[in-house]
Amino acid sequence: MEIAAQSIEGGFADPVFNAQTVFRAVMDAMARPGSVQALPAFARPPAPLSATAGAIALSLCDNDTPLWLDLTLQAAPAVKSWLGFHTGAPLANTPADAHFAIVANPAEMMALDGFSQGTQDYPDRSTTLILQVTDLVSGAPLLLEGPGIETSATIAPAQMPRHFIEQWKQNGQRFPRGVDIILATADSLACLPRTTRIKTMEA
Amino acid sequence: MTDIATYNFAYLDEQTKRMIRRAILKGIAIPGYQVPFASREMPMPYGWGTGGVQVTASIIGPDDVLKVIDQGADDTTNAVSIRAFFKKVAKVAVTTETAKASIIQTRHRVPEHPLTAGQVLVYQVPIPEPLRFLEPRETETRKMHALEEYGLMHVKLYEDIARHGRIATTYAYPVKVEGRYVMDPSPTPKFDNPKMHRSPALQLFGAGREKRIYAVPPFTDVVSLDFEDHPFEVQTFDQPCALCAAENVYLDEVILDDHGGHMFVCSDTDHCEKRRADGHRGHLAPETHLASEKMEPAQ
Repeated sequence: MEIAAQSIEGGFADPVFNAQTVFRAVMDAMARPGSVQALPAFARPPAPLSATAGAIALSLCDNDTPLWLDLTLQAAPAVKSWLGFHTGAPLANTPADAHFAIVANPAEMMALDGFSQGTQDYPDRSTTLILQVTDLVSGAPLLLEGPGIETSATIAPAQMPRHFIEQWKQNGQRFPRGVDIILATADSLACLPRTTRIKTMEA
Repeated sequence: MTDIATYNFAYLDEQTKRMIRRAILKGIAIPGYQVPFASREMPMPYGWGTGGVQVTASIIGPDDVLKVIDQGADDTTNAVSIRAFFKKVAKVAVTTETAKASIIQTRHRVPEHPLTAGQVLVYQVPIPEPLRFLEPRETETRKMHALEEYGLMHVKLYEDIARHGRIATTYAYPVKVEGRYVMDPSPTPKFDNPKMHRSPALQLFGAGREKRIYAVPPFTDVVSLDFEDHPFEVQTFDQPCALCAAENVYLDEVILDDHGGHMFVCSDTDHCEKRRADGHRGHLAPETHLASEKMEPAQ
């Protein structure tokens, strides 16, 4: 298919209600870190952008939110034109300018502190990372604690960035600054807001 | 085409909803921090809950069940008009029962019925900045939050003790969220502060005129500020509700005549009605009247 056609097709069939459903899934996941929210494939973006990551971008990004794509996605012109057509979001020149960043290959991604961390006065001006992972069960288990979690929660996302536990600890130490993460699989999502602490598991 | 053009679902346009949704997510990620947002003009005056209405409009979906309370009551002007607004612009189901609602928009009360996971409580907030009456400059209060410099608030509470012998703040009682941000719980009576602590429900706060959104995720520490020798206490009432005999609930004083007659009744009307339906009777409950009403169909 031509890029022009690829960039136009595959948006929300019902923009108002699809966006609301996707947002509520993200909101519930952000409010209850570690909980997995199922999400039907509302969007059909060109590969390698996944349906879930694409749907999150459609429901949250617009011309107010500079968007950064990792090298894998940058190499796909169809993805850039699809996001451009459906969201109108400008592409950020550097990760530090981005309000949102979509990462198709988290295992090879740059360090978390390379993204916008917000400021002490305005900690909300930080990057929200959307990481595409294959699943939330086959990776190293992460035991989560913090706001939104009654006692503890566990997820095991695959293909996480290198030294993620150490990087996440440093992210938490920057509080209230820091990035928030949305983990997107093919049909579900989970969130790690900056307040979530990862307890290292023994043995 | 005979259809007349109608409002977008839930009144707000989609770009506005995205902007508010992004603010809500940041608010949840930074509990107690006031996220600035581009508050819109709503078809109701500031002070009528435009912040709460915008938050509700941005999260609500066709499957939601909405409850709106004003000082605990489902049947006062503000609650009725906002409920009617969402019935009109979002065609959602509405209820007065706390347990049946998925979204509860509230003006200054937390329902007496315990909230559950999955429910969202949306507060209407007039002045979101807890330090505003101590320091009028936004630049300064922002710096105070950034540096976690909350000494001024403790001085204010201390002055209460010096003047009155106790902390005299009874509503909008400042809380510290997850050990970091001092937050205004909106002008709820301090009676409700303990209900915010580790609540299973998500709590969102919207201030339309002041253009701020903030949030308390479920199971988050919300601790009322106090001193070791003057610990935080909630209001107590020396008599139960005059209609349903409920104890340990928040009561409103109702004036009965111009000779000093008064009674105390539940501020949460849904809670009070439920209890009366279950057969609880307070000392001023119109028992004979109700009984005669019940008898009528039989006669």
